[in-house]
Amino acid sequence: MKRTAVLLMAVLVASGVVWAQGLLINGAGASFPYPIYSKWFDVYHQKNGNMQFNYQSVGSGAGIKQVTEGTVDFGASDGPMNDEQLKAYQDKRGSEILHFPTVLGAAVPTYNVPGVSATLNFTPEALAGIFLGKITKWNDPAITGPNQGVNLPGNEIVVVHRSDGSGTTYIWTDYLSKVSDEWKSKVNKATSVNWPVGLGGKGSEGVTALIKQTPNSIGYVELIYAAQNNIPYGTVKNAAGTFVKADLKSVSEAAAGAAKDMPEDFRVSITNAPGKTAYPISSFTWLLIPSKIQDNAKRDAIKGFLTWMLADGQTYAEQLSYAKLPKEVIEKEKKAIAKVQ
Amino acid sequence: MGARLRWRKFVSNFMLTLTGICAVVSVAVLFFILGYLLFNGGTSINWDFFTKLPKPVGETGGGMANAIVGSAKLLAAASLFGVPIGFFGGIYLAEFSGSKTAGVVRYAADLLNGVPSIVIGIFAFSIVVRPFKTFSTLAGAFALGLMMIPITLRSTEEFLNAVPKMLREGAMALGASKWKTIATVIVPAAYRGILTAILLALARVAGEAAPLLFTAFGNRYWSQGWNQPTAALPEMIYRYAGSPYEDWHRQAWAAGLVLLGFILIINILARTILARGISMPRS
Amino acid sequence: MQGAGPISGSRSFLSKLREGDEIARLITFIFAASVVLITISLVYELWIGSALPRHKFGLHFFVSQDWDPVMDQYGALPFIYGTLVTSAVALLLAIPLGIGASIFLAELAPPRISDTLQFFIDLLAAVPSVIYGLLGIFIIVPLIRNVIYPALNKPFGFLPIFKGPSYGVGFLTAGIVLAIMVIPYIISVSREVLLSVPRDQREAALALGSTRWESTWKVVVPFAKTGIMGSIFLALARALGETMAVTMVVGNSPKIAASLFAPGYSIAAVIANDFTEATGELQTQAYIELGLVLFLLTFILNGLARILIIVTTQKGSKVSN
Repeated sequence: MKRTAVLLMAVLVASGVVWAQGLLINGAGASFPYPIYSKWFDVYHQKNGNMQFNYQSVGSGAGIKQVTEGTVDFGASDGPMNDEQLKAYQDKRGSEILHFPTVLGAAVPTYNVPGVSATLNFTPEALAGIFLGKITKWNDPAITGPNQGVNLPGNEIVVVHRSDGSGTTYIWTDYLSKVSDEWKSKVNKATSVNWPVGLGGKGSEGVTALIKQTPNSIGYVELIYAAQNNIPYGTVKNAAGTFVKADLKSVSEAAAGAAKDMPEDFRVSITNAPGKTAYPISSFTWLLIPSKIQDNAKRDAIKGFLTWMLADGQTYAEQLSYAKLPKEVIEKEKKAIAKVQ
Repeated sequence: MGARLRWRKFVSNFMLTLTGICAVVSVAVLFFILGYLLFNGGTSINWDFFTKLPKPVGETGGGMANAIVGSAKLLAAASLFGVPIGFFGGIYLAEFSGSKTAGVVRYAADLLNGVPSIVIGIFAFSIVVRPFKTFSTLAGAFALGLMMIPITLRSTEEFLNAVPKMLREGAMALGASKWKTIATVIVPAAYRGILTAILLALARVAGEAAPLLFTAFGNRYWSQGWNQPTAALPEMIYRYAGSPYEDWHRQAWAAGLVLLGFILIINILARTILARGISMPRS
Repeated sequence: MQGAGPISGSRSFLSKLREGDEIARLITFIFAASVVLITISLVYELWIGSALPRHKFGLHFFVSQDWDPVMDQYGALPFIYGTLVTSAVALLLAIPLGIGASIFLAELAPPRISDTLQFFIDLLAAVPSVIYGLLGIFIIVPLIRNVIYPALNKPFGFLPIFKGPSYGVGFLTAGIVLAIMVIPYIISVSREVLLSVPRDQREAALALGSTRWESTWKVVVPFAKTGIMGSIFLALARALGETMAVTMVVGNSPKIAASLFAPGYSIAAVIANDFTEATGELQTQAYIELGLVLFLLTFILNGLARILIIVTTQKGSKVSN
């Protein structure tokens, strides 16, 4: 009995010792930028050993909820908070929540069709039809039309979507709402919608895993998830009529217009952007930072990170296939950091 | 008549063999699970797994050191919370209470025992996470501790009641007060069974992930102190298994092996303690 | 141990005793009472925490299929359906296997073998849900996709339950995983109740010329029937509440579909996936109401199970007297 008590004491003391080691800042939210965030926080931790940013990729919906509740220090989302959510935050916490764009990313249609390794071309009508459950076979004319050289089987399409509240879903449904009236009236756009068909995967990770493992599937994930896992993703026909594949250039071009007219609160949608080679399903992704942070150490740490993120941090974006923020946006954000108090 | 009897005998042998097959299949599943985990997890267990932190998404390598420590902390704190309540509550039921109160307490404990672990998670979220405004080891330990209470309570009561009357009466005859009798005679006599129950309760909650989803939340780094989110083995397995990365799958198998190994060892340990102790009370 | 009373020499021996005992009684009472308190507050939290959707939707909550966070409409039918279907599949698979195994363990196997096998079965019950989920994803899902689906869909695809494409994940997958998880419960409880059937029942049957199987199936099992039912209820209660293994293989799709190969959802799985991100009071409370529903279901089943088991074992001891 005595020995176990001593052992227990030792464990408690040991855990207390770990206590002494520096600042832990908790964040949660979007899985869309998780690869770049986890890289950033890792690098930042190497540089500033006493600071740890613990980021949980739980989906934009959960990120918004948790930062509103105050159970995490910051949130992250690729669907900007709507006015209702902003008000809810204000009511609950007595101050504002600020959006800080971090990188630009793309939601790509990724698929697993046995025997097809080519890059498929998707029209907006095809995508809307597939996700509405109206186009059910891979050899439907809407899909084969722009893909003349590809032998598409007559298999049933397995749609994969997000089961959790997701900014990627927001981006995807925002785009579909813009290009399909039927989608807009039936499903509309949100982080969590009533999907007409499909399997639900948890997080971009879950969707990617399902697509990898399920033949004849199609889903939407952030570009890097498709690239890192070597699953093919298709092009999308943009507003100018060109079939564009998501990459740094096409995503940056989508943001070019918005950069000049960026609103003060940084909430903007760049889906279906004009521009000959703009990728139509691009988006900013935001860190949600409370404007009032009680803990001085945490506040300074967060501000320090934001400053670093806008400078050195941006250099890591491209190797993970995220596009850097436009210069005008960076300048505006640098000024906005002062709002965090 | 002979043919009918032969048929009935044939049916009898056939059906009984079938039941034997059912039993063998059921047990075989356990060995299959163990074997599969050993095969997939064994090859992935290396020194890194036990000592390193997780790496950024998509990069290979890293380990689950923080999850192992996190699970240990959660279990330690859960026991500190759940075991005393179950233990002393059990003493009350066995030694002090009237049958009506005992009935109420037992009923409450059985009710608590049947609550699905995800609902316990909701409860812990409302009671600990919301007011304290943070996910934490404490919240996770609270949820797990709740799940340990019923097993500990009922077993303590059972094993205390099983202590032979002559021990009690002997102690009383020597002039010991009730609480002294309990402390120095009855509990030591029942300690094997009680210890077994505590170990089994521990093994049960060690593998739970659902209640941790809303309480401990997960952490890519070391969790400091008790009021911060923490990683835990079951939760890491869940996260990694649902991901597309081969390396994470590998690590999930390894974690599964470590977790299951731990649970099975405790179970075997507990049952052997009990089996040995059933013989006689200590004099 | 505590409970130390004041040790002052001027008090009488008896009152010293009583003080120590009173304190011990009080302290242990507080602990025991806290168990009741905790349980009450849990039920209370579930009830109060689900007030909004209860008032807004009432019984409609249970029959509406529409779970729409955007429109703030919550109907739990898809989850209730999924929970029931996966549990039903699990029981359909687990009951024959489990009862068969328990018959073997209770009637046929020599005590040492019976105990050893039971030991292993108990270990199977100790395997955590996430590990079953892990195995479900990497073994059962491919099995369904590559073996079971072709075997059932090609010949029987016209039947509504086998119709449609296979995703690998789905109701059947979850049902199979759940079946493996609940078999140990059926086996251990059924074995107990079968063992409690008095010897003379069997012996009487055998004396009358029945075969081993006939005496088991026609006499012993019916005698223990209520207890075996109890074990099934217990298994059902476990299956209903299972979270991790189910959410990893069920497909996470809140749709009602007749086909076993279709993706679905369960109450526990949707709570696990969505609870932390529910925005707005109504949505959060809708999940709490789901938790309340789950709690009530398992509560009733567990209660029934216990009654059935007690009745059987008592019957056994009464008859043998």
